[in-house]
Amino acid sequence: MGLLRRFRQGRFSRIIQKIFGKKHARIGIYGPPNVGKTTLANRILRDWTGDIMGSVSDIPHETRRAKWKTNIKIDNGGSSLSMDLVDTPGIATKIDYKEFMNTYGLDKEESRTRAKEATEGVIEAIRWLEDIDGVVLVMDSTQDPFTQVNVTIIGNLEARELPILIAANKIDADDASPATLKSAFPQHPVVPISALTGYNTEDLYSNMVKHFGHRRHKKKGAKK
Amino acid sequence: MKKKEKGISFNLISRNKLNKFSSSEKLSFILKEVKKGSILVLEHGLTASEQTTLIENTMKEIDHDTFIGIEMGGYEEEKMSFFQRVFGINRKPRMTVIGPAHLLKMVHKDNDRIETTIIPGRGVS
Repeated sequence: MGLLRRFRQGRFSRIIQKIFGKKHARIGIYGPPNVGKTTLANRILRDWTGDIMGSVSDIPHETRRAKWKTNIKIDNGGSSLSMDLVDTPGIATKIDYKEFMNTYGLDKEESRTRAKEATEGVIEAIRWLEDIDGVVLVMDSTQDPFTQVNVTIIGNLEARELPILIAANKIDADDASPATLKSAFPQHPVVPISALTGYNTEDLYSNMVKHFGHRRHKKKGAKK
Repeated sequence: MKKKEKGISFNLISRNKLNKFSSSEKLSFILKEVKKGSILVLEHGLTASEQTTLIENTMKEIDHDTFIGIEMGGYEEEKMSFFQRVFGINRKPRMTVIGPAHLLKMVHKDNDRIETTIIPGRGVS
């Protein structure tokens, strides 16, 4: 395809997107293990496609390979967002197989395999950062938000100038404190939700359309 | 011969030393020291991009019997003023503490305080 033709098609498609409010983006669901990333991915898919992304579990690192679905369309009144959704493995700085044995009762072999796969999953999640247009960063609103994983992901995305939407999950829990998350990261929109019950997901969808709709020029690698 | 004393090595690494390294040299140095069991306090921490690479490198090095990963805590990078942004000045990373996860545990972290503890029963002779 000629360059001029491609340029015209790109420009034409941007004009159409501007007029009709249709946008396409690759959105990654990120966060530490066990904050509800796959539960949220399942919720989004169930609401907009009737499909699901993957299995969920109370045992950390249930998702050890990135999974994705393409061409999901979210409508928000007059505007919409067409996206590819990537559910990434939880990012952690340490993985101890003994935790799976002692806390969750897995046998040694199973625990070691899970831990090995989890380390590969973390690497895969980090590599996906190169290929996404925006991130829904899922945090557990019952936990301290100032974890190094949260700070590192946010810093990395800010350096690339990619949009971040924080989903303050598990708002249905008694000890949830979304206000703590809001005060911790005031520079980004924080939407309190329960991916499990579906509470306030309409607000999340409306924020996703608004926030990820703009085409942005991402800085590759963001090396300093 | 002087007997080497057992205990936890706690090293404060100067900005000067860190500035002499390239980014990948710095990460190799940190991971090597942490794998040996040292806890490092970096006067001049890591950028977000370096932290991400450090996590990635750590995952490659995890050996489930001897090294389960790292514990890391640092303050957010300095915020830039309008003029710094206009002149393309990079954000500076700030002090960071990094140690092996079997020894060091992050207790609390906020904008003004990073509280860590040595896991009881480890490294004490």
